[in-house]
Amino acid sequence: MASYIGSATSRVDGRAKVTGEAKYAGEFNVPGLVHGYVVESTIPKGRIVRIDISGALEVDGVIDVLTHRNRPQMADNDDAYKDEVATEKGSPYRPLYDDIVLFSGQPLALVLAEDWETARVAASLVKVEYQKAPHVTDLHAERANAFAIDKPEEPRGDAEKAFASAAVRHEAEYFIPTEHHNPMELFASTAIWDDGKLTVYDKTQGVQNVQQYLCGVFKLKPDAVRVMSPYMGGGFGSGLRPQYQVVLAVLAARALKRPVRVMLSRAQMYALGHRPATIERLALGANSDGTLDAMTHEAIAVTSQFEEFARNDTGWGNLLYKSPNAKFEHKLVKLDVPTSCDMRAPGAATGVYALECAMDELAVALKMDPVQLRLQCYSDRDQGADIPYTSKQLRECYRQGAAAFGWDKRKAEPRSMREGSDLVGWGMASGVWEALQMPTTVRIVLTANGHAEVATAASDIGTGTYTIMAQVAADMLGLPIDNISVKLGDSTLPQCPLEGGSWIASSVCNAIANTARAVRGDLLKLAIGMKDSPLTGTGVDDVALIDGKIISRRDATRAVSIASAMQSGNADRITREEANKVAEDKSRARNVHSAIFAEVRVDEQLGVIRVTRVVNAVAAGRILNPKTAHSQVMGGVVWGIGMALHEETLFDHRFGRVMNANIAEYHVPVNADVHDIKVIFVDEPDEIVNPLGIKGLGEIGIVGVAAAIANAVYHATGKRVRDLPITLDKMVQFN
Amino acid sequence: MIPFQYARANDVADAIKQIATDPSAKFIAGGTNLIDLIKYDVEGPSRLIDISHLPLRSVEPTSAGGVLIGAMVPNTDLAYHPLIEQRYPLLSRAILSGASQQLRNMASTGGNLLQRTRCFYYYDTATPCNKREPGSGCSAIDGVNRINAILGTSEACIATHPSDMCVALAALEATVHVAGPAGARTIAFADFHRLPGNTPQRDTNLEPDEIITAIELPPKGFSANYSYLKIRDRLSYAFALVSVAAALELDGDTIKEARLALGGVAHKPWRSTAAEAALLGQRTDAAAFAKAADWLLHGAKGYGHNNFKIGLARRAIIRTLGQAARGTPQSNSDKKIR
Repeated sequence: MASYIGSATSRVDGRAKVTGEAKYAGEFNVPGLVHGYVVESTIPKGRIVRIDISGALEVDGVIDVLTHRNRPQMADNDDAYKDEVATEKGSPYRPLYDDIVLFSGQPLALVLAEDWETARVAASLVKVEYQKAPHVTDLHAERANAFAIDKPEEPRGDAEKAFASAAVRHEAEYFIPTEHHNPMELFASTAIWDDGKLTVYDKTQGVQNVQQYLCGVFKLKPDAVRVMSPYMGGGFGSGLRPQYQVVLAVLAARALKRPVRVMLSRAQMYALGHRPATIERLALGANSDGTLDAMTHEAIAVTSQFEEFARNDTGWGNLLYKSPNAKFEHKLVKLDVPTSCDMRAPGAATGVYALECAMDELAVALKMDPVQLRLQCYSDRDQGADIPYTSKQLRECYRQGAAAFGWDKRKAEPRSMREGSDLVGWGMASGVWEALQMPTTVRIVLTANGHAEVATAASDIGTGTYTIMAQVAADMLGLPIDNISVKLGDSTLPQCPLEGGSWIASSVCNAIANTARAVRGDLLKLAIGMKDSPLTGTGVDDVALIDGKIISRRDATRAVSIASAMQSGNADRITREEANKVAEDKSRARNVHSAIFAEVRVDEQLGVIRVTRVVNAVAAGRILNPKTAHSQVMGGVVWGIGMALHEETLFDHRFGRVMNANIAEYHVPVNADVHDIKVIFVDEPDEIVNPLGIKGLGEIGIVGVAAAIANAVYHATGKRVRDLPITLDKMVQFN
Repeated sequence: MIPFQYARANDVADAIKQIATDPSAKFIAGGTNLIDLIKYDVEGPSRLIDISHLPLRSVEPTSAGGVLIGAMVPNTDLAYHPLIEQRYPLLSRAILSGASQQLRNMASTGGNLLQRTRCFYYYDTATPCNKREPGSGCSAIDGVNRINAILGTSEACIATHPSDMCVALAALEATVHVAGPAGARTIAFADFHRLPGNTPQRDTNLEPDEIITAIELPPKGFSANYSYLKIRDRLSYAFALVSVAAALELDGDTIKEARLALGGVAHKPWRSTAAEAALLGQRTDAAAFAKAADWLLHGAKGYGHNNFKIGLARRAIIRTLGQAARGTPQSNSDKKIR
């Protein structure tokens, strides 16, 4: 039987999704369902003086309106609201808690009605009177108030001195605006109370995180709360923390003693978390041969007034380039906005963008090919921790990516590759992310009819978790993939971490392997118990499960069918629950790497940019499923195009409000913006990172893409734009 | 959003009768803009009079040699109608560069003329906007105004009209047929949309109790030398930062007649007789095009974020006139600008 691992298996949940059989959080209908609609603040800071809900209550079909004044009780301490990914410092936001307004778009009331349309009508009739307070929403204006946090990597040597005496220097600031995730599925929660037990269907990347959070907020016993999220229409990090609608749904269900659904509108989703606007400063000093002598990376990013959110923006250079002198700094600016949150490759999408643009500028200053500069500075060790990698095939990414792209035909001089009215530019960048594993438990139930159920409390946010789990289980249990059913997205299932950080594939699949080994051990015991068993004397690691049989690895003629082993032992099912083994070994760095090559064509007069080709060569250990993996990385590249050219949450700082809170005006790439994307997976066997050699692909696809495009734009035009997105008015001096 | 009544109009006379009885009623055809505005609480009609079933769906040649387009003809049908594709390809290209296939399937010809601005502040009821709430002030003038107008603005409003189709209709000098309690009348396209002045709440000169019944195109379609170029922040499905409709009649490389209209820059499709006159008798070269661009952009004023539109429009005009003169109109499917 051919291995499923490594094969381009189609999504096992594809049919359910395209037929509508797959249900999302806002689609679970129960009798008597009440619909909630949120009334949000129109000001970013102040107090609620008065909320007039009388007009809303007069509307036929309205049941109640909840505000901070009449809501049921909820916890009154910060710890109760701290979920798994809450920031270390700060007070998590408490929905409908009191009269204080912390950001524009904050929920102030929840209108509850027999149907959603009625709730929305009534919501428009709720009148709020505020006492406004002065607000700040502009990072640039508040920059002087930035304060340092103690997160960044340790310094080495004297970066300032080395920079000052470097033969070739580059120093610049780069800017990434606020961005929003914009998953297609709107955030929604359906909460059902039944006999003291709470069931919640929620859009979340972590059912157990939400379950624990709700237990804290509503002082409930763990076995009284069940959270489910079987499918998700995109998360990208926005569903890592419990969002406020889940609290509102539970509050209302408790108040009314009826099931309640709260679904946000698209505009309301712009008051959830976001990628923080970030200023990045790079100072690179090189010797004339292109080796780095000084590397300084500083970031100033936005957080809310009430929590300190920060991710690693500045440490990525340590994983890519050798530099004896290095310095890192991370600062935050508090603004009257919701707390920033993780968004695909948090820290790296922004930090590596700046680093890789700076490296490109250094290459220009050195008159050196950008790939050559990366090779010249290439580091075989994590410079910060001074340890080697479990594996690092980045050189091969550069080589294969460059070959597929045709990089050797690049003319070095900017504006030298013209075609008609178009300036053609080729740029490249490196990408890097972490290869983490988190403690995860998987349950396998093998039944005598040769079917197995594999279960853990993971979420499949659309990336293909169902599919890779089925593939790995089928291989490990020696069963056809059609005989595997996967259960996830239910907090009552065995423990699983949040779907984030690119760690789910490695965590879940290695846990499946361990659990399957335990199942194999049970089967072997049964087989050995049979009369004249051909497997007598073999141990669990001497046998494999292949084609429905327990087979000796050394002698394939020694075999017992799984069915007969179970039958002889009178076992109608074998149930096992095991965890993966997460290495504590700190002697190796665990990372994925990539090299991105991009071609742009820029209309010289009009500044219109097209990204006509992208090659992304990725080294990420074992690729479980080339088909879903390809889609995953391609999606990252498309997002990188958006980050480079389109995405920007526009604030009017006078009002402290987002002005383009819809997907007509918040631009992401459309089909016309996406041309030829080639994804290469570089072979990278790695038995150290984890037993199955899986590194994860969730984030790496986007990392470095915006830099490669920005560098290509420079190569095409000779114009360096350092603040994203690169819109046409930044390309051409029109007036 | 507030609850509203829904009624169907049986014919044009019925539609006029119904709207006369209820000043806060609105006609609804494709609803591609109005329904959004109702959801955003920007519009709150007491009654929607559905005119989508009115028998105004034909595209017919006129005895004068032009074409009469029923107000209910969907944008898609119009763009792909053989008469339009062959004789008025400028109109076809302009329509296809707007919105998405799904929206064009729903949107009507008459409704396209009446779509409201996309100014951010018009859609955000938490901010002042003279168009939405007369007298409340214009937030865009000192605000996020990258997409706003540079021509024909007033202190009360710097909104733009978002239509692509209307830019072509302006260039083609279409006529709008309307009907009302006092009977039928026609409005020249140039007089249909208004500048904001002190009454930015009024986009057009259509009376509240009148209905658009048809658009008439004159015989001249400029099918040999035309182009519609739309410059936007992504390559499809975005409103124009600047768009240009250009149509030329040539004698060799000498311009005998010229039409030039801009979209995305003003409260209405922007034309100038001086700009078109400046092209007459000129050779089709960049110098002549630049002169016309300067005339057309005479008096243009930026408000900060949108300053670039002036220069962008100038270059886009020159490019579009070049495309028209060469007989190589901008393609809708190939996003490359030639």
